[in-house]
Amino acid sequence: MAIRIPKPPLPGRRRPPRPAEPPPDGGPALKDQAAEAGVGIAGWVDERTGVGGFTKGMLFRKVPKGTNWFYTLGSATLFAFLSQAVTGIFLAMYYDPSPDRAYDSVQHITNEVWLGDLVRGMHRWGATVMIVLIFLHMGRVFFFGAYKYPRELNWVIGVVLLVLTLGMGFTGYLLPFDQRSFWATVVGVNINGTAPVLGPYLSDFLRAGPEFGATTLSRFYAIHMLLIPILIAALITIHLYLVVKLGTTAPPWLKAKLPEPLEKERV
Amino acid sequence: MADHTETERAAGAAGGDGVSPRTGGNGAGALAPRLPKPKPPGYFEGETMTRRALFSGGVVAAGGIATAAILLPAIGFAVGPVFEEEDFPWQSVGPPSKFGEDDYTPVTFSMVTDVGEAGKTLAYVRRRNPAIDTKLMDEYVAISTRCAHLGCPVRWVSPAQRFVCPCHGGVYDAQGQVEGGPPVRPLDRFKTRVQNGQVQIGPRYSVNSDLKRFSARDPGEPLDGLWQYLYPKRFSVPPVSG
Repeated sequence: MAIRIPKPPLPGRRRPPRPAEPPPDGGPALKDQAAEAGVGIAGWVDERTGVGGFTKGMLFRKVPKGTNWFYTLGSATLFAFLSQAVTGIFLAMYYDPSPDRAYDSVQHITNEVWLGDLVRGMHRWGATVMIVLIFLHMGRVFFFGAYKYPRELNWVIGVVLLVLTLGMGFTGYLLPFDQRSFWATVVGVNINGTAPVLGPYLSDFLRAGPEFGATTLSRFYAIHMLLIPILIAALITIHLYLVVKLGTTAPPWLKAKLPEPLEKERV
Repeated sequence: MADHTETERAAGAAGGDGVSPRTGGNGAGALAPRLPKPKPPGYFEGETMTRRALFSGGVVAAGGIATAAILLPAIGFAVGPVFEEEDFPWQSVGPPSKFGEDDYTPVTFSMVTDVGEAGKTLAYVRRRNPAIDTKLMDEYVAISTRCAHLGCPVRWVSPAQRFVCPCHGGVYDAQGQVEGGPPVRPLDRFKTRVQNGQVQIGPRYSVNSDLKRFSARDPGEPLDGLWQYLYPKRFSVPPVSG
């Protein structure tokens, strides 16, 4: 029996035509050339990635009539998260998560690093702002009935994001390592431990042992700056994908307008 | 591509499994039997697993093994302390003459090493008083200052003969038994012994409202009745025996 080798597939579409060459005589003015260079770079990237169609579909998608300012709360939460990520990364450049250096390094950031109190303040207040925005966003979705079919999964993902964000607040609270954050964490871990059966083991996991020990702080730091942010970023991506794929809902006070004959029939 | 499908269809038809709608004899267009599913390349009569299924199964298995080889040790590394029993060395806190029968003496010792001041803890120690200590027979009573509600540090108020917690208002009597507020069980205790003329403090243990001993539990976990089974002994603390 002869071996049959399948033919390679033909390309499905023809490639887009190459941009026209500039005319050799004279040529456009320098300003036009500069403008075209930007377009040229965008076109070069687009031709190789197809990112233009994706961006256009994302930014210029249709939204229902009646879309209002309440619909911006989700984006506001996203930007609060991005602000936390950026300020957090820069705070990590000065912070030292060891029990005997943590407090001093936070004092150093606050009092000595240039703009340190501003960046730390942004991170500290941004955390509260993010939680508030999440609850406002959740309230908007709830009262507009936007969690209903086919968007239930996005509601579930949103709830997981809420829990993860609260986890960020809990793990981040310990990092200044002053009296308040130490005892608040002791109390918080013990509240977590009151969950029956699994609670005590989860507390041991959080503390890395039966007592608040040498590695508890670095463990909280790793959870705060790596584990939970990665999970949040991944889930936000899925959350946004579903928002774009399913579209947003019209506000509940806006009734769908039926075509003329049907409108008469309904009366 | 097209050529590939054509030959497969031909092979299927030649096998005599089905009848092509175009060549079918009955000519009933609507009820024409559907085209049989083409056999994969290399198919032979009576085979139980196709080459393709074997290879996709193999790839999934290899990927799973590779992922597990990385993920399982990493998770074990992070979860390890849950299953590891922590060592707690006996520590001397003073000569027996330091401790009376009727009032507590505060002692400071290291609960956790390597964390500086944060690893130190306070305990209240007194000699056993036969008049009130009828249930536990240790020669010295060492009461932990960790509140049994959520772990704030309680302090001994000698004039009132009470332990009082600053966080949520827990109050305990001189035995460490709950008198008021939210705590769910008496204050924890430490094992004690006398060695080389020094009173020594050992591992922590918890007690229920009858002062029955249990291995150390975290605050907020009651130990009476069925509760002791809902908050089981952890692997990280020593057993209570002895």
